[in-house]
Amino acid sequence: MNNSKPPQSRELTAIDGAMVLIIILLIVQIWLLSATLESYLAGHRDVAVPGAIISAVLFAACFGLYRFVDRIDSEVRKG
Amino acid sequence: MSWFRRPSNTPLWRDEFSVYTADERYVNRRQFTKFLTLTSFGMVAGNLWILAKSALRRPPSFPRVAVATLEEIPVGGVKVFNYPSAEDPCILVRTTADSYVAYSQKCTHLSCAVYYEKEQNRLECPCHQGFFSIADGSVLQGPPRRPLPRVELQKDGDRLVAIRTEGASA
Repeated sequence: MNNSKPPQSRELTAIDGAMVLIIILLIVQIWLLSATLESYLAGHRDVAVPGAIISAVLFAACFGLYRFVDRIDSEVRKG
Repeated sequence: MSWFRRPSNTPLWRDEFSVYTADERYVNRRQFTKFLTLTSFGMVAGNLWILAKSALRRPPSFPRVAVATLEEIPVGGVKVFNYPSAEDPCILVRTTADSYVAYSQKCTHLSCAVYYEKEQNRLECPCHQGFFSIADGSVLQGPPRRPLPRVELQKDGDRLVAIRTEGASA
């Protein structure tokens, strides 16, 4: 008995995995923004630079995952 | 190598609104991923806005303002004044015969006016039951996470003069 999934289903699983990763990164970004804002309002202005850098890195990771999803979508649907 | 999709002759509307159910699963996921990525960009924009506000902020200037005379307030008494501008209410408390403290009256939670609770010797925000230490303005209990900004006082003859605010937000 062959238990392997058809290729289309495996690609959907890959896309779902990428989406879950993006959601996790987004939750971290939301927490980071609220923590940076809280520190800024408390007068600690030195946290603004690392906050912005880490947030940009997380966005780059999200963007890379989006490119991955986009490429898979394109490859599967265009054949 | 293309950044995103392979070039296609298919019109965009046909690509985005497929008549095939199998294709629709991909389109929906891709569009949702795009939405999440744009939200992530919004978070970066927020962090950059905080960075810009931090970089462009000028150091505040504090005037010397006489806020009370030494014998004007009884021990345990309170006087409300505005410092450094007319929009910044502050509270002055005479804790002992020769000890005075002053803090911003805006609660650091949601800016309700705090008042002095003499029996417990602490400052209280009546909106959400936030309590602050009268000694240093630190949070004792409740939802506020930041201490009250402290107004530095100086004795000038028989007058109390406010000279600066410590820990004030932007």
